[in-house]
Amino acid sequence: MSYTSIDKLTTRAEKNPLEVAQAKEKGTKVFGFYCLYSPVEIALAAGGIVVGLCGTRNDPIPAAERTLPRNLCPLIKSSFGFAVEDSCPYFKSADLIVADSTCDGKKKMFEQMAEIKPLHLMYLPHNQELDVTGPFWEGEVVRFKERVEQECGINITDEMLKEAIKLTNREAAALKGLMDLNQQNPAPISGMKMMEIVFKSGFFASKQESVECLEAIVDEVGKAPQEETKQGPRVIISGVPMGLGSHKVCQLIEEAGGVVVAFENCTGYKKTMQVDTEKAPITALAEKYLATPCSIMSPNPGRIDLLNTMIADFKADAIVDLTWQACHTYNVEAENIRKYVQDDKKMPYLHIETDYSDADTEQLRVRIEAFLEMIG
Amino acid sequence: MRTIDETINRKDSNESPCDPSGETALFFAGLDIGSTATKAAIIHGVSKEVVAVAERATGWAPKEAAREALEDALSKLDVPGALISRTVATGYGRKMAAADKQVTEISCHALGAKHLVPEAMTVLDIGGQDSKMIALDEQGNVRDFLMNDKCAAGTGRFISNMATALGIDLDEFGVFAAKGTPVPISSMCAVFAESEVIGLTASGASREDLAAGIVVSIAKRLTSLAGRISFTPTIAFTGGTARNAELAKCFSEAIGVELNTPVLAPFAGAIGAALIASR
Ligand code: SF4
Ligand code: SF4
Repeated sequence: MSYTSIDKLTTRAEKNPLEVAQAKEKGTKVFGFYCLYSPVEIALAAGGIVVGLCGTRNDPIPAAERTLPRNLCPLIKSSFGFAVEDSCPYFKSADLIVADSTCDGKKKMFEQMAEIKPLHLMYLPHNQELDVTGPFWEGEVVRFKERVEQECGINITDEMLKEAIKLTNREAAALKGLMDLNQQNPAPISGMKMMEIVFKSGFFASKQESVECLEAIVDEVGKAPQEETKQGPRVIISGVPMGLGSHKVCQLIEEAGGVVVAFENCTGYKKTMQVDTEKAPITALAEKYLATPCSIMSPNPGRIDLLNTMIADFKADAIVDLTWQACHTYNVEAENIRKYVQDDKKMPYLHIETDYSDADTEQLRVRIEAFLEMIG
Repeated sequence: MRTIDETINRKDSNESPCDPSGETALFFAGLDIGSTATKAAIIHGVSKEVVAVAERATGWAPKEAAREALEDALSKLDVPGALISRTVATGYGRKMAAADKQVTEISCHALGAKHLVPEAMTVLDIGGQDSKMIALDEQGNVRDFLMNDKCAAGTGRFISNMATALGIDLDEFGVFAAKGTPVPISSMCAVFAESEVIGLTASGASREDLAAGIVVSIAKRLTSLAGRISFTPTIAFTGGTARNAELAKCFSEAIGVELNTPVLAPFAGAIGAALIASR
């Protein structure tokens, strides 16, 4: 089924690089973000454009491997490859790169990226509960705010932050509304389409506009009557971020007859968290971002909680846990997730470790098809 | 031990492959198109017994190999007017064969192994390009499975590469291994292990000891693959490697678990495919 609102967002997205470049010419500052831990609200509050920089494609990897080790997560290599090749229009436009000290690979790669572009690294603590980590992280949020103020030559007031939070909360709600459409059975939006919509909504020069596009999709698809088509097993993909270019596993699942109903990852459901509007903006922002349930946190109980909710809400039949090659945090954590899914939830679980290349596509196809046959 | 032909050759037995009503029996075929060998199995529609099997080298023409193997099996069946009602294909070349349905080798091996070894709870399959461990439930359905990913270590291809490096053929490998005292082989990479083996030969290690060492190193690899799928007995050992009785025995010893190797082990995938065809 095709929807005009979805077509509108995807065609509209084609103009994004141009619009970002034009806004930049008029003096708007462009901020490139890599990770879900970075508070975009601060850049938005200062009137900046935020673009989610990505490392989801295979083609810039050889360029990255000239300086980075081959045995490194493809996401890191891809991100860096775009930077050294200067082949990404958004990276090109960015005045400041916002980075976080998440996993070791990323953290050290950012040291090299800082030689290419101005880069602000936020020091992220790797524990969400200790008394010292909350205030430390809040300090980092303040330090980032000061950097943005300096960059844009303005003072960011609480009022400005509140406005920005209002907008990102609206965005998070729209994304949640969009993803929750697939709680229906049959799921109206394929996993591949869902990934495309969310991915493309991340590069608009105007956040206001991308939010409106998303809201229109939720409205249209939500109202459309769904055909009672027979669908395959409902799969949740968990684990590392994925996007266009690194969609291999999602595509294989759907080609094999499965339905990817949701993504428990940074390019999926983790984007739907709200900032508390009752609290002081900086504190609320720090709290929300620190709560991101990523495997770089130790321990990381939030991921199990999130999965638990999603399994119930999306009536999932199986979990596919994706790890990029050499991603130690997700790879090691896979064992906890397996135990939780197989032993506690008594659900089928498949762990896949791969990269962006096609080298293992046929082998993965066998494993995924066999996994779906097993579910029956 | 009975040979394959003795096991399935219904001609000398009193039972007829035709169903009791005397009408022309229906048969179902399974094709397992592996990276090295292509196998066909025909089962009787009513009794579900395996009535014919045949094998061909896959070579560069998997489609041809599949057709020939099936024709070969049919000719062995020797029932005038026998009808193959449905064919299911499995194995890496499954999409190339003319079949009614394609099913992965995991599901097929599981069913085939359970058919051959009804008490099996685990299947160990060492195939040409991948090895798998499959945990079964009581009905023979797949409960969980693991496949070697990334490389050829621990696969049939690895063993045949090593045999070549030792200058013996695959059939002799088990005989050599059974006679030797294992020399530790440290590399699991097919390429590096080959140079290691050549180096060890040069320093005086016997081929028997090296063959035994290679079996132990593969067994170690399999044990780590097994990690989370425990070797729950009974284990049915299938795939081309199982044909080699000495080798199967060496594996069984190296893993420290008894392996049940049915005569038709190499045909487990094709038999499973035929069983699916009969459903
Ligand atoms: S997976 Fe972790 S490190 Fe990667 S983008 Fe998400 S929060 Fe950041
Ligand atoms: S996928 Fe893993 S290794 Fe790669 S950037 Fe994210 S946390 Fe780091």
